[in-house]
Amino acid sequence: MAGDDKKPDPNGTVPEGGPRPPVEARTEENLVSPPSRHYPETGPELRRSARADPPTTGHSWDGIEEYDNPMPRWWLWTFYICIAWAVIYMLLYPAWPLVSKATPGLLGYSTRAEVVREMQDFEARNEVWFQRLVETEVASLREDTELERFAVQAGRAVFAAQCSQCHGAGAQGVQAGGFPSLLNDAWLWGGTLEDIHQTISHGIRNEDDPDARWSEMPAFGVDGLLSDEEIDQVVEYVRAMSGQSHDAALAEPGAEVFEWNCAACHMDDGSGNTDLGAPALNNQIWLYGGDRDTLRHTIVYSRFGVMPAFTQRLREAEIRAVAVYVHQLGGGQ
Amino acid sequence: MSTPSEPQLYAAREPIFPRRVQGRFRNLKWGLMAVMLGIYYITPWIRWDRGPAMPDQAVLVDLANRRFFFFFIEIWPHEFYFVAGLLIMAGLGLFLFTSALGRVWCGYACPQTVWTDLFITVERWLEGDRNARVRLWKAPWGLHKARVYLTKWTVWLLIALATGGAWVFYFTDAPTLLRDLFALNAHPVAWITIAILTATTFFFGGFFREQICIYACPWPRIQAAMMDEDTLTIAYRDWRGEPRGKLRKGEIAPGQGDCIDCMACVNVCPMGIDIRNGQQMECITCGLCIDACDEVMDRIGKPRGLVSYIALSDEIHEKTGKPAISVWRHVFRPRTVMYSVLWGGVGIGLVALLLVRTDLDMSVAQVRNPINVVMSDGAVRNAYEVRLRNMHGEPRAFTLSVEADVPVDLVLEGIDGPTVTVAADALLNQRVYLIAPPGSPAASAQRTDLTLRAVEGTSGQVITTDTLFNGRGN
Repeated sequence: MAGDDKKPDPNGTVPEGGPRPPVEARTEENLVSPPSRHYPETGPELRRSARADPPTTGHSWDGIEEYDNPMPRWWLWTFYICIAWAVIYMLLYPAWPLVSKATPGLLGYSTRAEVVREMQDFEARNEVWFQRLVETEVASLREDTELERFAVQAGRAVFAAQCSQCHGAGAQGVQAGGFPSLLNDAWLWGGTLEDIHQTISHGIRNEDDPDARWSEMPAFGVDGLLSDEEIDQVVEYVRAMSGQSHDAALAEPGAEVFEWNCAACHMDDGSGNTDLGAPALNNQIWLYGGDRDTLRHTIVYSRFGVMPAFTQRLREAEIRAVAVYVHQLGGGQ
Repeated sequence: MSTPSEPQLYAAREPIFPRRVQGRFRNLKWGLMAVMLGIYYITPWIRWDRGPAMPDQAVLVDLANRRFFFFFIEIWPHEFYFVAGLLIMAGLGLFLFTSALGRVWCGYACPQTVWTDLFITVERWLEGDRNARVRLWKAPWGLHKARVYLTKWTVWLLIALATGGAWVFYFTDAPTLLRDLFALNAHPVAWITIAILTATTFFFGGFFREQICIYACPWPRIQAAMMDEDTLTIAYRDWRGEPRGKLRKGEIAPGQGDCIDCMACVNVCPMGIDIRNGQQMECITCGLCIDACDEVMDRIGKPRGLVSYIALSDEIHEKTGKPAISVWRHVFRPRTVMYSVLWGGVGIGLVALLLVRTDLDMSVAQVRNPINVVMSDGAVRNAYEVRLRNMHGEPRAFTLSVEADVPVDLVLEGIDGPTVTVAADALLNQRVYLIAPPGSPAASAQRTDLTLRAVEGTSGQVITTDTLFNGRGN
């Protein structure tokens, strides 16, 4: 039959599905054929249109079928390796939760210990700076810019933890409690770095530290040192001194009362004395308040503001850091 | 390999031994490989003078100090939008190239392709071309095979080491790091990075090769969404090649297509596929089958282009006997023009931003706890945290002043006078106090609007920021 003839049709067409020349080209060139994947053996007898369908899973959704290709074997191996990894990990690290804690793991690892270690590392790195803080003269702590920057950051943290309860987060003080603002230019016991350092270290009027700053205003009213009239007069005089509205008729005799009773500490002009912690009375800043009732209360009952000594609570370097922090808040002298 | 009669769940990787090929696309790939590897290995060693206080490496990702240097450009963290813009451009660029030229990224530029190509080249140098490699692979293990394979793996490992090694140089001063690496006191992160990248390069380039593209990489799957019937891709003109058949020398085989079934296109394919089976997900469009087929077509005196860059729409078109559509008509169409416009738009935007950005900057944050402080003389003080940025390679001095309708004094914390110096390439936080004299309008008013002004000494550049002053009426 003509169809069995191996020779091509002289008309130049090959019958569909007809014979092809033998595939003898596959000599050395083609020792390895391409990976098959989902393609069946590609031979010259297969036209693209007539290619055999690759195997499917047999599932069909709306005519969409799913090829059933084998997974790559390495994928299987990574799966096994992951399982092995998981087993080893469970043995080495804390894994299974028990009643009160988890299995500890052979390495003894714990995130808690890790945190402790990290904090120790952190402390060790800060230690260099703390050392420098202690070794530097208090008065010149702000001269080294780098050291100052460290001191301000460390001091900020100390202030937030130890000082802000009374002096406020912004160091603006609480007048109702007699806690002074640390931002302005008025200082009870001095505003130099050394003064601030001394005050923080030993505190004010506390019984714990023999070096605490100490002074005591007499309770002029309750102890009967001044009469009610004299107190009224001196209140008016102090108000005059600070430029507030006042009764001039009362203030005039008040000057004499002031000179005899108050000027020893608060000075003749009312400018105060930082050696005695006597506040200036001739300015706009009031520790407890400058209105008549508060002034009268202060004179009658006196005031006794206490600040704890921090040598027991903080390290020297921390005290220095917070001293620098306070000094750079705007009032430092 | 024939389809297994019994379905297998897992299939082993069948190694591929691409034959050497010469031609246009092979030359293009050599050129691109040289350029890209050159850029990758040389870039960290280019120096760029930025002044004494700054790194002199032209391209440096300084993660520790949060700076990115690119020749004359320095990116700070607050300018990360430049990086975001470049990523958007990279994305749009890939969309553009994919919609116009298909998987051109995969075929020419992807590191996986480039390094695999390099590894195959090494393999060919040491073992010979395809047939020699196949023979050696099939041969039982012996002294010769062990020697050749060990040599090959050593060379691969050295390339991998250089690859992983070059990467770390982008992140720190390259000469210093190189010295540290040789002195064995480099940072552990450098060693770990080099180790990981060396291992992955060695394994992916030497043994995993096409498996990455077929099974691991998501990009080929995404690209399908960006291709359409006009996207140029590599295809076999089966309407011209079929019915394929062997051609004997000097013989004319009428009725036979142009494909002589010489398997050249299959043998050169690094993905191990037969392009004549039509579009396949494995094809990275590297163009090597085009070169292989063109060579054969030249030899048998048939026109080139049996395997060629064509679009899907060409098939319908050419099957009716019409002449081929010009490549340019495929490339320039609304979709690609739109991508180009978007890409160019983002690019122009970034350049514009680069030109208008300032090297000196000031930002002001008012201290609001407390909002003001009364001084002993009755003056009212407000505090401001002023942040001054100097992106120059040398220190710059800023002189601060206040612009207000009412008298307000300016004082800097810890500094005498109004001038503050910001170190090279640094940010400085300076607390600034504004003080309204006792009884002045600003002291008693609730709020006074004013402007802080910084004048930089060298350039005379003026920066102003509006802020406000809270008086006692507050």
